[in-house]
Amino acid sequence: MAWKIFLFLLLAFVSVAGIAFPIVPVPTKWYEFPFIPGLKENAKIIFFHVPTAWLSVVAFFMSTIYSFKYLRKKNLDDDAKSYAAAQLGIIFCILATITGAVWAKFAWGSFWSWDPRQTSIFALLLIYGAWFALRSSIESEEKRATLSSVYAIIAFLTVPFFVFIMPRIMKGLHPGSADDTNSGPVIDFKMNANMELIFFLSLIGFTILYFWMWNIGYKSIIYRDKINKQYRG
Amino acid sequence: MNAKAYALYLKDFRSEIRTRYAVNSLAMFVIVATSVILFSIGNETITQSLTAGLFWVVIFFSAMSGLSRAFVSEEERGTSLTLQLIAAPSTIFSGKLLFNIVLVFCMNIVITLLYSALFDGFVIKNLALFIAAFFFGNAGLAIASTIIAAIISKAGAKGTLYPVLSFPILLPLILTSVQLTLMSFEGASFIEAKFELAIIICYDVIMLTASYLLFDFVWKD
Repeated sequence: MAWKIFLFLLLAFVSVAGIAFPIVPVPTKWYEFPFIPGLKENAKIIFFHVPTAWLSVVAFFMSTIYSFKYLRKKNLDDDAKSYAAAQLGIIFCILATITGAVWAKFAWGSFWSWDPRQTSIFALLLIYGAWFALRSSIESEEKRATLSSVYAIIAFLTVPFFVFIMPRIMKGLHPGSADDTNSGPVIDFKMNANMELIFFLSLIGFTILYFWMWNIGYKSIIYRDKINKQYRG
Repeated sequence: MNAKAYALYLKDFRSEIRTRYAVNSLAMFVIVATSVILFSIGNETITQSLTAGLFWVVIFFSAMSGLSRAFVSEEERGTSLTLQLIAAPSTIFSGKLLFNIVLVFCMNIVITLLYSALFDGFVIKNLALFIAAFFFGNAGLAIASTIIAAIISKAGAKGTLYPVLSFPILLPLILTSVQLTLMSFEGASFIEAKFELAIIICYDVIMLTASYLLFDFVWKD
C-alpha cells in the first residue's frame, strides 16, 4: 500500500513540476529550468513524451518475451501476460504519437512530416493494430495464442530496422538523425541537473505505473478466462 | 528433403498451370492497378521519386492479391493434413517458398517491363544496381509474405487480414527498395548504395531464418 501512495506522490510531483516550473535564461533557484535554444517552452513536453514512447517500446518487448515463453511452454498464462502488455502498449503508443505530433507542430511547424521517428512510431501502431486484428479473428484459444505469438516475434524482428537503422540513414528532424549536428538526444547535453532529475523521476514513475497496470491487466484476463471455463463446463 | 521440397513445388506449379488461378488474378490485378495510376496521372509529368514509389505500390498490392494462395489453397482443399503426414514442416515451407519466389519474380518482371514502357520517369541508369535491388527486394517480399500466408491460412483464411498483417512487416523492405530503385534511376554507384543494400540483405537473412524457425509452430495443429 505504501508504494502506491509513494507512486501517487511521485507522479503528482512530476506532473506539477513538469508543467509549472518556469524556464529562465540563467537558472539560479532549484526549481528553474534552463532555456534550450530551439526548444523554448516546448521543452516541457519531454517529461510526458519520452516516457510514453519508452513504455510503448517496453510493452512491445515484454509482449514478445512472453510470446517466446508461450511457444516454449504452451502455458496460456504467458499469452495473457503478452496480451495485457500489448493492450497497455497500444495506449502508450497512441499517447506517444499524439504528444509527439503536438510537439512537432510547435517545434517543426506541422503535426506530421514523415520524419523517420514518426514513420517508426506509425509502423509500431500498425503492428499493434494488425496484432489485435489477428487475435480477434481466431476463435480457438490455443491457436490464437500460437499464431499471435509467431506474429509478434516476426513483427519484433522489424523493430531494429525502424528504431536503429532507418532514422540514422535517413535525413530527419528528430534528435539522433543522420544529419543531426547536435550528435545525440537532448538529455545528454542541454538539460541542467534539476531538469534531468525530474525527467528521470518521470521515467521511473511512469514505468512503475506501467508495471502496476500490467499486473492488474494480466491477472484480470487470467481470472476472466477461468470464470468463462467454469461457466461453460 | 530437397527432392521432396522440389516435388511439392512441382505439384503447385502443375496445379497452377492447369487452373491458372493465381497467374490470371495477378495479371489482371497488375493491369488494373497500373491503369488506375495512369488515369490518375493523366497528362502530368511525375518525378522519378514518385515513379519509384508507384512501382513498389503496384508490386506490394499485386503480391498481396496473389501470394496468400500458397497455403490458403491447401486449407480450402483440405489437403494440409496429408501434407503434414508426408513431409517435415521445413520441407513444406521450402516448397511453398520456392513457388512464391518464382511467382513474385515472374510478376515483377512483367511489372518492370510495363513500367519502362508506360512511364517516362522509369529510366534505369545503373542497371546492375537495379537488378541487385530487384533480386533482394523480391526475395524478401516472397519470404515475408509466405510466412504471413501460413499464419493467415491457419487463422481461417481471412483474405482481408493479409495486407493488414503484411504491411508493417514489409515496410522496412519497401522503404529501402524504393530508395534503391530511385538510386538506380539517378545512376548512383554501388558504393553510394552500400547501406541500403546491406539493410535489404540483412532483412532477407533475418526473415528467412525466423520463418524457418517459427513455421513449425504455425504448421502443427
